[in-house]
Amino acid sequence: MSAPAMGTTRTAQSDASQKKKKGPGALATAYLVIYNVVMTAGWLVIAVGLVRAYLARGSYHGLYYSIEKPLKFFQTGALLEILHCAVGIVPSSVVLTGFQVMSRVFLTWAVTHSVREVQSEDSVLLFVAAWTVTEIIRYSFYTFSLLNHLPYLIKWARYTFFIVLYPMGVTGELLTIYAALPYVQKTGLYSVTLPNKYNFSFDYHTFLILTMISYIPLFPQLYFHMLRQRKKVLGHVEEYTKVE
Amino acid sequence: MSRTIFFEVEILDSRTKQQLCFLDKVEPHSTIGDIKSLFHKSYPKWYPSRQALKLDPKGKALRDDDILQSLPVGTTATMYFRDLGPQLGWTMVFLAEYMGPLLIYLLFYFRVPYIYTHKYAFTASPYPVVSLACACHSFHYIKRLIETIFVHRFSHGTMPLRTIVRNCAYYWGFAAWLAYYINHPLYTPPSYGEIQVNYSLLVFILCEAGNFSIHLTLNNLRGEGHKTRKFPSPTKNPFTWLFFFVSCPNYTYEVGAWVSFSIMTQCVPVALFAFLGFIQMTIWAKGKHRTYNREFKDYPNLRMPILPFIL
Repeated sequence: MSAPAMGTTRTAQSDASQKKKKGPGALATAYLVIYNVVMTAGWLVIAVGLVRAYLARGSYHGLYYSIEKPLKFFQTGALLEILHCAVGIVPSSVVLTGFQVMSRVFLTWAVTHSVREVQSEDSVLLFVAAWTVTEIIRYSFYTFSLLNHLPYLIKWARYTFFIVLYPMGVTGELLTIYAALPYVQKTGLYSVTLPNKYNFSFDYHTFLILTMISYIPLFPQLYFHMLRQRKKVLGHVEEYTKVE
Repeated sequence: MSRTIFFEVEILDSRTKQQLCFLDKVEPHSTIGDIKSLFHKSYPKWYPSRQALKLDPKGKALRDDDILQSLPVGTTATMYFRDLGPQLGWTMVFLAEYMGPLLIYLLFYFRVPYIYTHKYAFTASPYPVVSLACACHSFHYIKRLIETIFVHRFSHGTMPLRTIVRNCAYYWGFAAWLAYYINHPLYTPPSYGEIQVNYSLLVFILCEAGNFSIHLTLNNLRGEGHKTRKFPSPTKNPFTWLFFFVSCPNYTYEVGAWVSFSIMTQCVPVALFAFLGFIQMTIWAKGKHRTYNREFKDYPNLRMPILPFIL
């Protein structure tokens, strides 16, 4: 590879990144703005619902039921984000986004919805509250970014609140799964036993335990990734002075 | 008197930019491979296959056969080094990846203690299809081991250790999972009985033969030297006639073998393994197909990457 090749590689790379920045066309941008506005509104509805229910009842107990439907609707709606990545109007990894959304959907439907007995647990409130605050900030962040008008406060919130919200959500999720275990084992929920003509078996109880264990390697990785992102995004003023 | 202009090469760490090595009196027609050998002398633990040398810290690694004087450098070349981690030769890689499933399946077939309940230890299944499945599975991996040792000629030399560990986890894990069900005391033989087993066994054998034929054909292609590069074409062997329709019939046959194996055993985990393998092989086939099309102007239009007329 000769000198021009190296030069072209550089410009080719910046061309590619420029092409990516040009990214979604006007129509896609309009759609994404609408999507993110709707999602922000949805999670605000959930937030308001939680507050009103708390004020009405006077306790933290059983607030899940007051926001069950919008929670299911808007959390499931997030599946569209996988499509956005796949189609290319959002420059994120399909795999990463898919993983994150699926884990939320899993907790909403396959744990909380499926095992009625955990719905009155306080751990559910813990992760619902964490998700609500996180999503309101995240979706408004995307909305403002798309409109090229991002208030520093929102950017700061997005890259700072997670420090508390992420562990809070994870704790709520783990406690909820743990609470579901005895009921799953007793009823054999979503489980298939041998013998059967497909020669397949699945023990949902074991699967839930493995899911809980998987948080151990996964959570620190994601958490430290966000911390690194925080340094990069919020610390950029210092970085400019560091560059030679 | 001819004056050879010698080059000087300084090698910096691509992350810290510290100078790791300074080589002077380097012959201009030295290859990157030569430079890697010289670098290895100063740093014995970084054997050549572990080194990535680049002209730009964020750029692509230089090839071992690139010649120093043809690079866009002055007589003092600056290169950036990155440690690729421990590497294993391709032969060792495949031996590890294939010995695992071969032996693990046998552990389940012979119902070694602690896998199934105590009373079944070292017992045998009453169903002939279970023994047949063991024979097929073992044959598949023995064939692969033989091909690795005697047939395949590998390029690129090595694979990083981390990738090998990940691949082995996948192959070994899946082998254990599917062997568990096929050899389980509560295994249910196929719904359509002997017809199902025999037909799928036939397809399995044909696919194994097909896959082997393709590997031989590809091997002969390589053997003809690097002067004229040719794309693989059908030969007198009928199994290679699949080349009329696909770029990578070895993958087609491989998928066929696993699909027929899953029908033969009527076992969902095997079908899942076949499906995941199909996805991976389709990705590889598409890549290869693109390469062939780019490299050869007269590449046949009829050919699809992996499935005739479809994909």
